[in-house]
Amino acid sequence: MSFLEIRNLRKKIGNVEVLKGIDIELEKGGFLVLVGPSGCGKSTLLNAIAGLLPLTSGDIVIDGQVVNDLHPSQRDIAMVFQSYALYPNMTVEENIAFALEMRGVPKDERAAAVKVAAKTLQIEHLLTRRPSQLSGGQRQRVAMGRALVRKPRVFLFDEPLSNLDAKLRVEVRAEIKSLHQNTHATIVYVTHDQIEAMTLATKIVVLKEGTVQQIGTPAEIYNLPANLFVADFMGSPAMNMLDGKVVGTGAEARISLFGDQSITVPVPPTVAAGALSEGQSVLLGLRPEAITDTGLADPQARSVTQIEAPVIMTEPTGSDTFVTAELGGKHFTARTRAEVSCQAGDTFRFAFNLDKAVVFDPQSGLRL
Amino acid sequence: MSGAVQETVSGGSAKTARVVIYGLLILLAAIYLLPLYVMLTTSLKSLDEIRGGDMLSLPSSPSIAAWTKAWGEACIGVTCTGIKGYFWNSIKMVVPAVIISTLLGALNGYVLTKWRFPGHKIIFGMMLFACFIPFQAVLIPMARMLGMMGIANTTTGLVFVHVIYGLGFTTLFFRNYYEAFPDELIKAAMMDGAGFFRIFWRILLPTSGPIIVVTVIYQFTNIWNDFLFGVSFSSGGSSPMTVALNNLVASSTGVKEYNVDMAAAVFAALPTLFVYIVAGRYFVRGLMAGAVKG
Repeated sequence: MSFLEIRNLRKKIGNVEVLKGIDIELEKGGFLVLVGPSGCGKSTLLNAIAGLLPLTSGDIVIDGQVVNDLHPSQRDIAMVFQSYALYPNMTVEENIAFALEMRGVPKDERAAAVKVAAKTLQIEHLLTRRPSQLSGGQRQRVAMGRALVRKPRVFLFDEPLSNLDAKLRVEVRAEIKSLHQNTHATIVYVTHDQIEAMTLATKIVVLKEGTVQQIGTPAEIYNLPANLFVADFMGSPAMNMLDGKVVGTGAEARISLFGDQSITVPVPPTVAAGALSEGQSVLLGLRPEAITDTGLADPQARSVTQIEAPVIMTEPTGSDTFVTAELGGKHFTARTRAEVSCQAGDTFRFAFNLDKAVVFDPQSGLRL
Repeated sequence: MSGAVQETVSGGSAKTARVVIYGLLILLAAIYLLPLYVMLTTSLKSLDEIRGGDMLSLPSSPSIAAWTKAWGEACIGVTCTGIKGYFWNSIKMVVPAVIISTLLGALNGYVLTKWRFPGHKIIFGMMLFACFIPFQAVLIPMARMLGMMGIANTTTGLVFVHVIYGLGFTTLFFRNYYEAFPDELIKAAMMDGAGFFRIFWRILLPTSGPIIVVTVIYQFTNIWNDFLFGVSFSSGGSSPMTVALNNLVASSTGVKEYNVDMAAAVFAALPTLFVYIVAGRYFVRGLMAGAVKG
């Protein structure tokens, strides 16, 4: 049975429907990441779970208990805010102990609990300081300590890393992940950063304009995006979308690319049987790492097609080089080894690995 | 900014500019402080010396006889017990009035920013309107109300009047201060299990130092210096300091004792002076607090 359940949740703010019927289930100990562009309703959803926003309709169920009408403090959930929301007039210790104090926990128990939480987060030496004397990363840890000390049923994180610099973000991200692994806490985490979503989640929910686009494991979301929006949103650089046309039928069917009858590729194995018909326009989605130089092409891959194309631009990242090339008036991005030398203007031979390609209907945007 | 100016101006003219600036500042300060000087010196002189005519001269033989007389013996109307009773009247009026109006203003500001309800803008607008109603316009309705409540001619009545009249200002101060206070802190406290008043006492008020100082100074000065409400809503022994001072100066039995009048005036000004000197630097800091993002 799922631990956290959201059933047909709707939320109207004024005349705008911000959440349009959300259904999500999360098992105990799961790490759910809500991801989407700004304005997709992910923070609204988190606030609704926290009880900080009243629902228009629908149910939120935690551990079999409908919590719709419970006050935030009675839902037994803790939240880490984007701005950390530490009480500026209290020391770190008082900040962490505040929730326990409000619940009438005796003083010595409070002190012991604070100690345990501080030890977990390695902030024992900061307990007597005030929030204004802490760095961003330290404040982040104190905010997590404040949530941790209560041992709540569900943790909510509202873009907790967005105020940190790039290096610290990676560090704290790893800390959150190991915290989850060690405590087996149930976590709902909001972010607009698809890398955070991929690295942390056991389950990702992609939201757009108040509707769920796809729910799945990070691998499912990445490899088998349900529609064009998810495909485009997850992954950086974005997935290549190549115009194609189905030629042939049945087992003979192939997809011609770039409006050129001479360049054809086999139908990828991800496509459902009988989904394609002859002459149909399709979009072939290929991640940049599926288009490589011929030397890097996966030897295990069952269908690799080599295509030559003129190079428009190269972007070396150190570990590998992103090459933008053009064919049939359309640009696509490939990920090659850093050692491969090619420059803008060269004609380069690319290896297209079709194993992981996905095919979309350009009209509905859905994966076929 | 000033550094850049100094670099472009040659050494000599920069110095001249400084001299002019400081000279002007000192001159204006002197003009501004002159009345205080006259008050203090006159209060220390004897009546004969005052009649001698030189207002600006220093007292030849300073004496605090006028001060003790003003405090304990001067005649106000027909009672000759000095101004001390009225001084305490004022203290008894100003302290509760300032505390109550500041606390209520803080509470109003808290509700108007963090517990918004439909129509909160209209309510705030109406409270702001209170800041612009002239004293004179409310005198008669207020007198009627105090009479109905049975607190006419009492210090309690004056406290009530000043609290009501001050609420518009204190609410404005606190609302604007709390507007910039992050909502997430309130949400976090709610999730931690703190209720309405707990959040107010434990989170909001302890972080309101600067605006409390501003409000207290503003309210203290206004209420202490108020004359119109004092003269309208009190009589005889319950009058505040300002009214008593007027009566002292106005009621002359024979010789006009300027030194006693001046000493009494200094007494009347002392508390506000004290508040400014003690809390003045917080006043400026508090006014600036919202202006710069910290």
